[in-house]
Amino acid sequence: MKKNIILVLVLFTVYINCKGQLYYTKNGRISFFSSALLEDIKADNNQVISIINTSTGDIQFSLLNNTFHFKKSLMEIHFNEDYMESSKYPKDSFKGKIKDPSKVNFTVDGSYPVVVSGELTIHGITNKVSNTGTIFINAGIITAASKFQIKLADYKINIPKIVKDNIAEFVDVTVSCVYDKKR
Amino acid sequence: MKAIKLFTFFSLFCAQLVAQDGANLMKQLENDSNKINYTIATFKSTRLITGHSVETIGKGVLDVRILHRFAPLNMGIYNFFGLDYASMRMGFDYGITKNLMIGIGHSTWEKTYDAFIKVKLLRQSTGAVNIPFTLAFVSTIATRTDLARKDTLNNRIHTSFTDKSSFTEQIIIGRKFSNSFSLQFMPIFIFNHNRIDSINTYTKNKDNLIYGQKRKNTVALGIGGRLKVSKRISITAEYYYQLPDTRPGKYFNSVSLGVDIETGGHVFQLHFTNSNGMTEKSFITDTDDKWRDGYIRLGFNISRVFNIGKH
Repeated sequence: MKKNIILVLVLFTVYINCKGQLYYTKNGRISFFSSALLEDIKADNNQVISIINTSTGDIQFSLLNNTFHFKKSLMEIHFNEDYMESSKYPKDSFKGKIKDPSKVNFTVDGSYPVVVSGELTIHGITNKVSNTGTIFINAGIITAASKFQIKLADYKINIPKIVKDNIAEFVDVTVSCVYDKKR
Repeated sequence: MKAIKLFTFFSLFCAQLVAQDGANLMKQLENDSNKINYTIATFKSTRLITGHSVETIGKGVLDVRILHRFAPLNMGIYNFFGLDYASMRMGFDYGITKNLMIGIGHSTWEKTYDAFIKVKLLRQSTGAVNIPFTLAFVSTIATRTDLARKDTLNNRIHTSFTDKSSFTEQIIIGRKFSNSFSLQFMPIFIFNHNRIDSINTYTKNKDNLIYGQKRKNTVALGIGGRLKVSKRISITAEYYYQLPDTRPGKYFNSVSLGVDIETGGHVFQLHFTNSNGMTEKSFITDTDDKWRDGYIRLGFNISRVFNIGKH
């Protein structure tokens, strides 16, 4: 009888854990920056969707190209029309895992450096990537941040010769997401 | 033992459940953010060839436009196939908001000053709101400043502001059918208050019009399209059909064929057209040449944008 009660308690704990580990955001921020000979290109997106599972370390990001905002409106058009071909490939995404999620104590405040690896899909091309990032825990609120570089050619984003002085080969990407707990 | 087995089973089941939950949540979040997806870049420029396209320039953007129309190709080698003479318009456009722009310009044709306002009333979109086309409205005023102050008998002619001006109201309905193909319709009303004068040396077919007579108002239907042949190059065409009852004198309909070349902030538009003027009143109602007779003019538009306003 006693054994059964323990079993039920154990299962209940598992169930609770099972339910309570998903965090999400709809307003994550991703920005990118590239510096070329003639022009700096910078764009911000604050409508990034992301979820993080604190027990398994699964982490996912998803965004729409046309929610990137540029200072110059023509750049925004060119970005979607000529480079990202947003009508064909509207969405970019990342699906990966935090390596060793047990190293991050999600209940204790602090900053935890992590390595995240997974599949990054941009412009319809999926590449396996691995980058470093940081998980910040502050008063129970989870923030994920990362900075990494992508090579446009890896995602078949072509830069015509005529504008090669305006667009850099590499783009710096900055990620910053503050998560809410799934209700 | 049994407990451990059960625990393992439940943990695995649980992991599966969490993964499932994650995928569901991701899908749900993506669906929640299903927003209005506006169609962009129906045309490369705010002008199709000479006439307006359904596009407006972005907010805070200044577009400097230099337009040339050379003399007809059939002038032969002596006049370098018309390139020795050019009609020109210089203009400045500015985007007040994303969907509202204004512009001013000066043309050599009839020494015209013009100003316009263009507003996008509907934007083609998919997603949360589905609108199959973009709708824009353009209102232009053009005033010529070359009218004679005296007639042939040396009497003073009084020409009021309205006598020298034309007012054009047009609706543009445009749709981007695919990435490469866009089409637009432009019903146009031209309230033409210009009086016929005799000093314009370029025009040849005005013999049947009476000096000083008031010009007719014109109703025209325009159709224009573009076909992208590569990311940066498109072929464009536009045609303005004047309703026969409203077509003045021996004037013809404007037909133009062109190529758009875009490089960064520049758009080059090269074309062949039978029209000389570059404001609505002049190219729609004052085209006195026909393609068939070899009166084809080479023309080009150069557009360079500058971001001057705050975003």
